[in-house]
Amino acid sequence: MDPKDLRFTKSHEWIAADGAVGISEHAQHEITDVVFVELPKVGRAVQAEEACAVVESVKAAFDIYAPVPGTIAAVNEEGARNPGLLNKSPYGDGWLYKIQMTSPADREKLMTHDQYQQFIKEK
Amino acid sequence: MTATLQRTPFHFLHKKNGARLVEFAGWEMPVQFESVMAEHRAVRERAGVFDISHMGQLWVTGPGAQASLQKLVTNDVAALPAGRGLYALLCRDDGGVVDDLYVYCFQPDRYLVIVNASRAEVDTVWMRDRLEPGTDLSEQPQAAALAVQGPAAAGLVAGLSKEAVRLEKNGVAELPLLDMELVVARTGYTGEDGFELFGPAGHVFPVYEYLMKEGKSVGLVNCGLGARDTLRLEMGYRLYGHELDEDHSALEAGLGWAVKLSKPFFIGRDALLKEKEMGSRRRLIGFRLSDRGVPREKFEIQCSGAPVGTVTSGTFSPSLGVGIGMGYVDNARMLKTAASAGGLSIQIHGRAVPAEMAALPFYRRTREV
Repeated sequence: MDPKDLRFTKSHEWIAADGAVGISEHAQHEITDVVFVELPKVGRAVQAEEACAVVESVKAAFDIYAPVPGTIAAVNEEGARNPGLLNKSPYGDGWLYKIQMTSPADREKLMTHDQYQQFIKEK
Repeated sequence: MTATLQRTPFHFLHKKNGARLVEFAGWEMPVQFESVMAEHRAVRERAGVFDISHMGQLWVTGPGAQASLQKLVTNDVAALPAGRGLYALLCRDDGGVVDDLYVYCFQPDRYLVIVNASRAEVDTVWMRDRLEPGTDLSEQPQAAALAVQGPAAAGLVAGLSKEAVRLEKNGVAELPLLDMELVVARTGYTGEDGFELFGPAGHVFPVYEYLMKEGKSVGLVNCGLGARDTLRLEMGYRLYGHELDEDHSALEAGLGWAVKLSKPFFIGRDALLKEKEMGSRRRLIGFRLSDRGVPREKFEIQCSGAPVGTVTSGTFSPSLGVGIGMGYVDNARMLKTAASAGGLSIQIHGRAVPAEMAALPFYRRTREV
């Protein structure tokens, strides 16, 4: 996926137009080697900023938050089986789950890729 | 953070080499360069170099040196011949561990003692207060140290000194490396064959440069504390502040092999002798998860759903591909419940992940030196 088409949260998740969610290139670098991924159940309703997945690296466990309200529509089983994908391909095969958004307008309120790049630079 | 962090002589190189730096025991140290997993694998399969300059280097010298160490540490320093090193513990009167350390003997009146960075100050005071007459304790000036570890380490070090690679495991010598004298020991904390080099920074620097240049061809990489921790944990090596502290005795930590109760006296002997007779109240165990997950320090160890202890160190083992850890369990309850049910589990983020007791080390090297 082209990161330019994605929207980003301050907690470093991205969300695509189709509702796919993952963690940013920056986040995967910060988290370091991912060794374990715990995904939400399909059908679960989530609020924005609600923790709904866990990514464990060699270093520590990290909660992954839902960028927008909605329902979990799909999860990346391959990513759970092969957690290294999150490091190798954070914007591609390393996606985490898909969210059926309550309203696509919620996504539009999040940072664009350019804004996100600026955000991590200022951190 | 307000305290000024100490920096090793390699600090500027670590920054140049892209290290991620963290606070560790009052030092600013590299936790990783490229990736913990890659560095871990490099040490298991090829070679890695660690900056261990933060560790304390204490010279114990003089006619009273051997008697002082024999009184201070649990292992038998009097039986340690010149040219050998020995793992030992510094204990309190009640058997609690002040530190774990390595004693290298050059002469019966000249020893180098390597202690943990986090305990160096405490140890120095503790030891100085208890030295026998005729003993001098001094810190290595401008101390620097490197650990070169992995199956390719010996080949690399051979280029520096043929004598160094003639050392046996736990052997030590003062050798000229690139015309600079260094303490070279065939020791390490990774479970792989390797060397530890101690000396003033000016002597260690050229060796580092040599290793980085010559090591390219064998895939030597810079390694940080992250890989050091996963490597030592796979070997079941205890780490001060995790498995070891003043509140747990050397025997509870399962280090009876380094406690020579046959010695007529050392500090802590009476308490440890009594503990040996009465049995330890708690015991350090190793465990591996039977399901996916990563155990971490302070997580609860359960048996048949009841809390029996606490994880002291845990990680995902890069070599074994499963979560592993160590922790203290209440000995009596553990034995009883384990016998009846065997339902060991670790509480991970609200989920009881099944685990099984594991003998240490978790990882066994297939090659031999």
